[in-house]
Amino acid sequence: MITTGRIVRLAERDRAGVHFFFDGQIRRALEGDTVLTAMLASGHALRMSEFGPEPRAGFCLMGACQDCWVWQEEGPRLRACTTLIAEGMRLRTTPPENWP
Amino acid sequence: MSEAPSTRIAIVGAGPAGIRAAAALVDAGLHPVVIDEGQRAGGQIYRRPPDGFVRTPEHLYGSEAAKARALHAVFDRLAADGRLTHCTGSSVIAVQAGRLHVLGEGGVQVIFYDRLILATGASDRVAPVPGWQSAGVYSLGAAQIALKAQGVALGRRIVLMGSGPLLSLVGAQLVKAGADVAAVLDTSPWDQQMRGLWKLAARPFVALRGLALRARLGGRYHAGVSLEKIEADGQGVTAMRWRDAGGRQRLTPCDTIGMGWHLRAETHLADLAGCAFTYDEQWRQWLPKTDRMGRAGNGVYLAGDGVRLLGADGAEIAGRLAASACLADLGFPAPSTAVDLRELARLERFAHGLACAFPWPAAMVRALPDAAIACRCENVTAGEVRQSLDFGGGEANRVKSLSRVGMGRCQGRYCQLAAVELAAAHAGCTPDAVGRFRGQAPARPAPVDAFLRKG
Repeated sequence: MITTGRIVRLAERDRAGVHFFFDGQIRRALEGDTVLTAMLASGHALRMSEFGPEPRAGFCLMGACQDCWVWQEEGPRLRACTTLIAEGMRLRTTPPENWP
Repeated sequence: MSEAPSTRIAIVGAGPAGIRAAAALVDAGLHPVVIDEGQRAGGQIYRRPPDGFVRTPEHLYGSEAAKARALHAVFDRLAADGRLTHCTGSSVIAVQAGRLHVLGEGGVQVIFYDRLILATGASDRVAPVPGWQSAGVYSLGAAQIALKAQGVALGRRIVLMGSGPLLSLVGAQLVKAGADVAAVLDTSPWDQQMRGLWKLAARPFVALRGLALRARLGGRYHAGVSLEKIEADGQGVTAMRWRDAGGRQRLTPCDTIGMGWHLRAETHLADLAGCAFTYDEQWRQWLPKTDRMGRAGNGVYLAGDGVRLLGADGAEIAGRLAASACLADLGFPAPSTAVDLRELARLERFAHGLACAFPWPAAMVRALPDAAIACRCENVTAGEVRQSLDFGGGEANRVKSLSRVGMGRCQGRYCQLAAVELAAAHAGCTPDAVGRFRGQAPARPAPVDAFLRKG
């Protein structure tokens, strides 16, 4: 199974492709992926912890734990487990530059 | 009929309980507003993938496919016929008398109600294990949602741990889907499981199905384990360190962990709605008080795992009962509830067996090393929780304000039970004497601009 990130796709692999930016790099995901699935199919973390040295990659996947908030280049954060990936999204594991 | 059909009824949650409650109200000629965080009705256990996914309900829900199909069909028909209003992707963030503040894509809007049915479900009941803040540690429910709603495994080599029916179920589902499950570690020893067994005979087929699922796990399954440490490097989990029932040290390499000890009722909105709570010894958690029908008083009704942890079948029944209570209180002729109440009692006997067979790991939590993280949101350690007692005593909300445990973004959903257990151990009292965290609005993080935009 070819995968570059944490997540392994086991089924539903025949969906259309979607492109997004992950820390400035263009990455491919599938339509219907959550932001969490899309990012972790390409990488190992969603964000860095604000309170410790470790990266975070989500925890509950049902919108309850709030572990999976990720940065967007335009500023606002989004909850990765309840948001579907969309063409052209620009996502980051660290706050955007010039963020106040 | 004492009140016109214009009575405004809001239902929060579109899982099995919310769907059955909505259907019963529509049958009586009412038009409920159903507010749900999902994009499609079904809740967590009967969660549906996004559009464009092709696996059938039989594939997704196995033996429960017919129930899932029926619930989805009932709800979709009522929504399509305009018999109810469905607010999708919407979170209730605050409850005041007669009004819900609802956060959706367009911002925050206020929905007024005369009667409120809360069917908010449950999430995994988790206990901290040293290293659980690492990337690659998930709840058992998360591993199941990833598989069901996204068709993915959360990692290449998975260890599942905890106790309860979901442990074997998720393990068997992952194995069947082709994931690499390295070990399934149950903290409940065999003799403890046997103690709950005779009550599980209240639902013999369900109990047998559970045993069959476990059989599929083969040598991966270990009962009576001690969980010692989740090993991790800069990228995330690398291994699970544990001891088997014989006390032998084991190290299982893995990149992903799924953990959970049965369920924790989601009670935040019941708290904001002013419901009274009582400490439930069986489930080792605080649950809202209701009568057998789900009446909590002041026009509030509770149904499903958010008030009694009976699972999806119990939630369907509780949803119908809450709607019946609501209808009776409004002066409508309510349908007979005798059969549902009897069935509910049988499901309660079974649930009692589960609680006994797969207990909350109180001793493990009490022995947590000082350096271990108790709160994942803000990395508050077990030692910091213990220290706070020297300043404020053994009361939950003082522990919260002094140590910040429970003040992070999850608002205590995943640390409260462990924090209270730690505080009780340190203060030399029982968890119910420590009390519970006061619920605060907003129940979900809400960006400031959501209040500026008009929903």
